[in-house]
Amino acid sequence: MTDLTDLTVAEIRDGFRAGDFSAREVASAFNANVAAAGALNAFIVETPEKALEAADTADAARSSGDLKPLSGVPIGMKDLFCTQGVQTTAASHILEGFTPTYESTVSAKLWDAGAGMLGKLNLDQFAMGSSNETSYFGKVVSPWRRNDGDDAALAPGGSSGGSSAAIAARLCPAATGTDTGGSIRQPAAFTGISGIKPTYGRCSRWGTIAFASSLDQAGPKARTVRDNAILLEAMAGFDPKDATSLDLPVPAWEAGLSSDLKGKKVGIPKEYRPDGLDAEIAAVWDRGIAWLRDAGAQIVDVSLPHTKYALPTYYIIAPAEASSNLARYDGVRYGQRELPEGAGLQDMYAATRAAGFGAEVRRRIMIGTYVLSAGFYDAYYTQAQKVRTLISRDFEQAFTQCDLLLTPTAPSAAFALGEEQDDPLAMYLNDVFTVPASLAGLPAMSVPGGLDAQGLPLGLQIIGKPLDEQSVLNAGLAIEERSGFVARPGKWW
Amino acid sequence: MTDSTYRVQGATGEWEVVIGLEVHAQVASEAKLLSGAATAFGAEPNTQVSLIDAAMPGMLPVPNRECIRQAVRTGMAIDAQINKWSRFDRKNYFYADLPQGYQISQLYHPLVGEGALDISLDEKNPDAEVKRIGIERIHVEQDAGKLMHDQHPTRSYVDLNRSGVALMEIVSKPEMRSPAEAGAYLSKLRTILRYVGSCDGNMDQGSMRADVNVSVRRPGEPFGTRTETKNVNSVRFVMAVVEHEASRQVDVLEAGGKIVQETRLYDPDRNETRSMRSKEDAHDYRYFPDPDLLPLELDDAFLEECRQSLPELPDAKRRRYQEDLGLSPYNAATLTADADTARWFEALLAEGAKAQKKSESNVAKASANWLLSELYGALNRLGKSLDDSPVGPADGAELLALVANGTISGTIAKQVFEIMLETGAKPGAIVEEKGLKQTSDTGAIEAAVAKILADNGDKVAQYKAGKEALFGFFVGQTMKAMQGKANPQIVNELVRKALG
Amino acid sequence: MSIDLQTVKKIASLSRISMRDAEAEAMVPELNKILEWVEQLGEVDVTGVEPMTAVIPNHLRLRDDAVTDGNVRDKVLANAPQPEHGFFTVPKVIE
Ligand SMILES: [Mg+2]
Ligand SMILES: [Zn+2]
Repeated sequence: MTDLTDLTVAEIRDGFRAGDFSAREVASAFNANVAAAGALNAFIVETPEKALEAADTADAARSSGDLKPLSGVPIGMKDLFCTQGVQTTAASHILEGFTPTYESTVSAKLWDAGAGMLGKLNLDQFAMGSSNETSYFGKVVSPWRRNDGDDAALAPGGSSGGSSAAIAARLCPAATGTDTGGSIRQPAAFTGISGIKPTYGRCSRWGTIAFASSLDQAGPKARTVRDNAILLEAMAGFDPKDATSLDLPVPAWEAGLSSDLKGKKVGIPKEYRPDGLDAEIAAVWDRGIAWLRDAGAQIVDVSLPHTKYALPTYYIIAPAEASSNLARYDGVRYGQRELPEGAGLQDMYAATRAAGFGAEVRRRIMIGTYVLSAGFYDAYYTQAQKVRTLISRDFEQAFTQCDLLLTPTAPSAAFALGEEQDDPLAMYLNDVFTVPASLAGLPAMSVPGGLDAQGLPLGLQIIGKPLDEQSVLNAGLAIEERSGFVARPGKWW
Repeated sequence: MTDSTYRVQGATGEWEVVIGLEVHAQVASEAKLLSGAATAFGAEPNTQVSLIDAAMPGMLPVPNRECIRQAVRTGMAIDAQINKWSRFDRKNYFYADLPQGYQISQLYHPLVGEGALDISLDEKNPDAEVKRIGIERIHVEQDAGKLMHDQHPTRSYVDLNRSGVALMEIVSKPEMRSPAEAGAYLSKLRTILRYVGSCDGNMDQGSMRADVNVSVRRPGEPFGTRTETKNVNSVRFVMAVVEHEASRQVDVLEAGGKIVQETRLYDPDRNETRSMRSKEDAHDYRYFPDPDLLPLELDDAFLEECRQSLPELPDAKRRRYQEDLGLSPYNAATLTADADTARWFEALLAEGAKAQKKSESNVAKASANWLLSELYGALNRLGKSLDDSPVGPADGAELLALVANGTISGTIAKQVFEIMLETGAKPGAIVEEKGLKQTSDTGAIEAAVAKILADNGDKVAQYKAGKEALFGFFVGQTMKAMQGKANPQIVNELVRKALG
Repeated sequence: MSIDLQTVKKIASLSRISMRDAEAEAMVPELNKILEWVEQLGEVDVTGVEPMTAVIPNHLRLRDDAVTDGNVRDKVLANAPQPEHGFFTVPKVIE
């Protein structure tokens, strides 16, 4: 019998319903893989018992006939989603030992849909990073390795690096991610899987630890486009507890999947092809264009003139919001408290936050505090919000000429751990292609486009109009069907 | 408009005081501004706290419509401009009573813009000395929690029950010039809030606190540096703060010193203000629009409902009492100074008009006099207030009707009222039972008059000799003989007739 | 607008992050490099452009005034470092 951990979410769901195997068999198989993958450090907390508990419920439901959409499917939960009774840390020391008394809306929806939890996945601390090296609980190591023989440990991407590594290594068939500037898409590209960030407001932010409120958006990651559609249907939906949640019905994305793109126009933004764009990235992009044309889409050239300003805009707005969102971590009501001998309240704050936050988090809080401080607010923050308006208008303009945009997901394949650590700016540049869609709140997805010469996966990004996740998924499916991407990392861990 | 001539006499000459008030008024609502937790006063510590109020990770705010509505109605009550597009901003600072590390407030686009209210400086004649005080803005914001410092030797305790309760911050322009003006402004504001019903105005429970901004200057010169004395919780204290802070600043300046712009605290026991250490470095608040909340946009229907639901406001009511009901300015002012009094008075009027089949204006004067003298006098004696008065408006109106239709005299009415206060019985019943009806039975009165004249032959002689003043004596004696129950007019006629 | 050591220390104190001098000194060039880079936004002509308020057209929903939450003191205090008698506690504050 086939290895259950090689199955997709759809295959597990259907095979379980067909009686080919039990939910407990599936959960046990993934639990075993998780237990054996300590070398990847993909999980901060493992919860095999929760996976089995959900599996037994599913097995019982199958005999009694009241199955839910995700009955029998175990998944990984990014440790940014608060889970009742299970430690939730955002990969930060400051929240070490914090056990929520509540369940985030997104995770609750997944459990209500019958899914089981394999554990809490590692990430960049407070989702700030593109390599998963800023976690207090240690780096996540990508299961992928270059084919050049040297066994350099590679970055799984970030911030949802635990999610991408775990899926690529078959530790879970799917996982949740969050995307503020590319944290779902870039790690997906680095690890040869798919992931979608829906339109801002589709998934409730309630109970998800905030990084930058106007950008944060949850989404799924999995090996196939169909699996992403299935997961997103369960995660999305109006939540009155989130004032920015969109009060709209959730489309039947899985049922709506079609790789026939006849009548669709796909725009190719010229600003995404700067001089010195990596030749292999340019090549995979060209292959993607050919595949979409083959699927019936018409290809048009478009321009997004303010693209070069997206990253600097992001690095003002995101840190500004973060500096305020992270003010609540003060050692008073929960989490770590650092209380030096004879310290007063303000000393306690400073000591707690210095010891509790990692270097990158402290750096971003400092930047955010500075750009909001007296005398600089207008020059930095207000200016950035105006440029953000222009970036958003660029997309509106482009979407008068096309229905979708196709770009590379990241400017390079996975880099080695430590390679870009000491240069924050170089690290930030990883998100150059993913940040613009985040600033405009648009749905965007990364799907595998092939391998580079070193045998590492490269991703293609599809950006859609607001609320048009369906077209994004469909274009992703068209690429998936044509790329024939079946590569997987050889097991070394 | 009158200009205050209040001056602080310094060693080097006169100083003028400039005062602005930032009043924090707790919005009357069941639930908090951005969470569903209750707002009731005096609950067990941390029981009226939601995960949002405690700023747990991932918690998000959702605004309470009623809090917005009450702030808009308040703005309308001070003729202020209502902004259909406003926005919540975050005010960032670290303190143990502020769980989020920021207060959700409104700096850049407040809900309510410029307005004004009129204060009267002569209570005997409210229209004589009126001054219009400009109001800069009203914005909605979250209250903070409470720290307790005396429960533990080395720790302060944190209670978040108040955390997130809705406040209106009502910011005046620096247009007050004396303690009296500051006091009058605060009282008037509280009156308006209570009329509108947007705040209970209970300063002793902290539902209304004033930050008092005071500076001094030589008359006519530009503003001096101001200090802000926080959370002053009574009209009296506000006036005291102005007095003390003004003279303190004058002393500093005349000693060649400088005033530092700082936050101060008022100590009612010592009756002095002192600098507040805890707020020292909190001067860069890094305000920015709260990304968890979209802009607040109000439609015309919402504004129309707010306008429709506004009651008659104190100034309008006072003028109506003077012009339509013919009350004295002083009575009109006293009756409208507080919404409950006015409500009681209007009930008394309605009942009175019904009982006497007259228009309200016809019964207004007597009703006002009775309420302000008889009823208030009795309530003071009993240490009671209008809302727990043993005599209600209906009974009061019935008593006044009995006097008006001549059933009893004013003197008897006083007795009846005393019995009403003790027994709570109806005035009509008391008059019946105790047989207090005044008589117009001329026979009985003639008999009494005849006896009085017979018994006082000497005085009759003196009267006839021209000592007319004695007329009152005969009337008085007759009334006495009739135990005050005779109709005074008839007694007069009959005495005059008998004296020929 | 390049920042100096003193500014870094001021920002650190505003952020309530204690910082040893060595750290603060190391941060000066680091922050300057990042700020220099973001300052390229200054060259964008934004005349007549409104700052972004909502990325996706949406309006602020308001709640009804009903008590639907609270009375969860145990949940609120569950993770508190040093709770006492139903209160959170902090080092004594002098106001
Ligand atoms: Mg103030
Ligand atoms: Zn305020």
